[in-house]
Amino acid sequence: MASLKVYIVRRVLLAIPMIFILLSIVFLIMRVAGDPVSAILGGHAPQEQIEQIKQQLGLNKPIIFQFFGYIGQLLRGNLGRSLIWGQRPVVNEIWDHFPATLELSISAFLISIIIGIFTGTVAATHRNRFLDHTFRLYGIITYGLFIPWIGIMLQLLFGVYLGLLPIGGRIGTLMEPKSITGLYVLDSLLTLNFDSLVSAIKHLILPSVTLGVYLSGIYTRLTRTHLMETLEKDFIKAARARGLSERAVIYKHGLKNAFIPILTMMGLQFALLLVGAVLTEITFSWPGMGTLLFERITYRDFTTVQGIIVFFALIVVTVNLLVDIIYAYIDPRIRY
Amino acid sequence: MEALLRIKNLKVYYYLREGVVKAVDGVNFSMRKGETVGLVGESGSGKSTLGLSILKLVPSPGKIVDGQILFDSKDITKLDNKKMRMIRGKQVSMVFQDPMTSLNPLMRIEDHLTETIKTHQKVTQEEAKEKAALLLGEVGIPPERAKDYPHQFSGGMRQRVGIALAIALNPDLLIADEFTSSLDVIVQFQILNLMKKLKASYNMGMIFISHDISLVSEIADKIALMYAGQIVEFAPADAFFEEHLHPYSEALLNSVPNVQLSDQKLSYIPGMPPDLVNPPKGCRFYPRCPYAKDLCREKEPPLIEVKPDYMVKCFRYDEKRS
Amino acid sequence: MVEIKYSPSKFIVSKLKSICPRKGTEYFALIGFIIILSIILMAIFAPFIAPYNPIKKVGGILEEPNGRFILGTDGLGRDIFSRIIFGARTAISVTFLAVIISLSFGVLLGLLSGYIGGKFDSIFSLVMDAIYSFPGLILAIVLSAMLGPGILNTAIAIAVIYTPTYFRMVRGLVLSLKESLFVEAARAIGAKDRTIVFKYIFPNVISSVPIVLSLNAADAVLTLAALSFLGLGLPAPTPDWGFDLKAGHAYLASKIWWPSTFPGLMIVILTLGFSLLGEGINEILTPELRR
Repeated sequence: MASLKVYIVRRVLLAIPMIFILLSIVFLIMRVAGDPVSAILGGHAPQEQIEQIKQQLGLNKPIIFQFFGYIGQLLRGNLGRSLIWGQRPVVNEIWDHFPATLELSISAFLISIIIGIFTGTVAATHRNRFLDHTFRLYGIITYGLFIPWIGIMLQLLFGVYLGLLPIGGRIGTLMEPKSITGLYVLDSLLTLNFDSLVSAIKHLILPSVTLGVYLSGIYTRLTRTHLMETLEKDFIKAARARGLSERAVIYKHGLKNAFIPILTMMGLQFALLLVGAVLTEITFSWPGMGTLLFERITYRDFTTVQGIIVFFALIVVTVNLLVDIIYAYIDPRIRY
Repeated sequence: MEALLRIKNLKVYYYLREGVVKAVDGVNFSMRKGETVGLVGESGSGKSTLGLSILKLVPSPGKIVDGQILFDSKDITKLDNKKMRMIRGKQVSMVFQDPMTSLNPLMRIEDHLTETIKTHQKVTQEEAKEKAALLLGEVGIPPERAKDYPHQFSGGMRQRVGIALAIALNPDLLIADEFTSSLDVIVQFQILNLMKKLKASYNMGMIFISHDISLVSEIADKIALMYAGQIVEFAPADAFFEEHLHPYSEALLNSVPNVQLSDQKLSYIPGMPPDLVNPPKGCRFYPRCPYAKDLCREKEPPLIEVKPDYMVKCFRYDEKRS
Repeated sequence: MVEIKYSPSKFIVSKLKSICPRKGTEYFALIGFIIILSIILMAIFAPFIAPYNPIKKVGGILEEPNGRFILGTDGLGRDIFSRIIFGARTAISVTFLAVIISLSFGVLLGLLSGYIGGKFDSIFSLVMDAIYSFPGLILAIVLSAMLGPGILNTAIAIAVIYTPTYFRMVRGLVLSLKESLFVEAARAIGAKDRTIVFKYIFPNVISSVPIVLSLNAADAVLTLAALSFLGLGLPAPTPDWGFDLKAGHAYLASKIWWPSTFPGLMIVILTLGFSLLGEGINEILTPELRR
């Protein structure tokens, strides 16, 4: 497996320029696309206050110094301090909010992949028949759903009218489990705190179903096209000719091969998952990164916003890297 | 000897929007145990469809419309999918045309074999592995390569794997669809020789589907020549090459270079194979036939037994006999 | 004997694919087109369709849908139906502006980058790939926060995140066309670089744009709605579906459903229109994608 290691190292090295470019873009947007000072203070602030903010942000230095200062700080893992509320380090702000986003993303991702692979497989095996057309339409419609709207509709139905589920927040008041991973469902399980568990799951259902359904359409489409393509390959015909059961043919030979292109697409879809998570969080007052971003943009907390963007950039690159590595593990053709 | 396979008036049609493609249209043919039949025909003559229908694997929207396929005195066309699966791979197996695409790229060679063995036999993983090693030995693949993936093999080696898979359960009938045509000439003959050897030691019946009549002559006991969805001549191989009674057989053999005839004049067959949606009413070869008469346009000739085991679908021999 | 390359079963299968019933997908395109057309007409003739002034208090606060206000009134006593009609103006103008900006920049940069090649191309591609892989909405949020509200600013914020789509597509096409025979031939007869790009490559490239355009418009509608939902779109009191959805969200717990349901529904319908149109064109033009 030496070649696999070589592959991973090469892939990691390739990610470095990508990170650098992304960081530069963030820097450019924050300094060039607009004036951070007037973004913070509004148009008509007194001169001395402007100077004070410039001093605080290091904006009085030449732009090239600013850039290297920013990169240098980042390399040391320093994202600066928040401009509001006790000026906490941005890293801490992010660390407080990230587990919520992670928990939502994981459960939504699982929901989307289960619905997507199931509906896509049914569609592909019922080609051009009623179920196929139905699930193709499902794919198109879910992709066009606007997350806040579908979220609000679910809130109305299950929260307001049926009263079954809470319409916002992450857990009931004062029910937080002892923090181990920061994921409430997992923490409640680990500490055997069943009241928290029930509350955490109840709060999680609507947001993750909203996000999961939205994303599932993509996986329906991907599974459908790639499985159809795979099922036409010769090795599928050959497997049938050897007397394998239809189940073995579709799942073991078909779906496993179709999964490779689906997996490569997952890296790209990850950006969509994050976007969806931001909107879902804001709709459900879910205290994650999206809510944090929205709140700090409203309060013009410029450093925190920049920190969040940098953090998102790093996650995107990392996840794409992981997807490529998993891909190499699954597909033997890549490794050699 | 008893018949291993008997096909009676088989019709396989593809239902397309443009019309019904009569890919196999009234085929009659039978073969004995251990016999090798070379099924020869141009592209589009329905030979592959015929091969696939013996396994009931005709791709949708193709359907077996009429006729019987009697294998081991059971009518395959009446069997459900579950019963068919017990026949596929075990009693009738198939080697495919392109070894590059007929193996699952994500599965080790060994797993292909053990999976097939375990589908049909109640054996442990260990026993299946032993059997797999044995089979790989028989087709000439070194045992240490059992754990390799298909992409690490050359075309010829992969086709050896394909053969090992086909003989894994000692089938009575093996259908080989153009199984050497994607290989280069030297490998082609190696594989063909391997097949001859295995056929003898396993006492398998074989249907060798090919467009290449000179290749078929290397291995076949009998030749079945297909034209436009029908068998036009069915004869023992030696007799076929000597007599080739049907006008199409004659034209076909004249278009193949023969090393023994040094000053042979190569010819080609004028015209195009017929449209299988609207085939000619009478004899299907009629539009291209140099001996065509009015009768040929009006009526479809029957399959005439000109002598024992020798059948021709042509009116010329009807006249001779009467 | 005739050289035989394909097996008949494969031939038949491929034949089959090309003539499969395409009715369903043609309906997709048609329905999509009708939806978009009606919303465009709604935007153009808004003053004639809308019964009330969309930014004036014309009735009681939060009136339920009734005979006078068919979709009810919002928290400021404005007619929701009229706001939806006028909201089409915002949605259509920002979407079209964003698509046009990203299309022009993407195609232009893609042509240049692909044609010039070398370092210029590698840097541009890397930048575009970086933007492409980044979560689009988050970039748009920050951009529009920095640029400030307004139709043009919002359109620019949206356009930036869709430019790489066109760039990548056009650049890929240019790279493959560059080596093709007719461009070689043009170069051989001494055509200038500029002539080659605009006379020979550009027309070839532009023909594949409509599908992406339509699917991108669907995304742009959603992004605009998201920005407005976050209060980063157009300044109040401009009728804007996303903004109205957010405003209506506040009354949800009191079982007041109409101020949020209807504006959101419009967002979904318009997006669906563009998706259906894109899907439809896509499959009519490239039948093999049906598989």
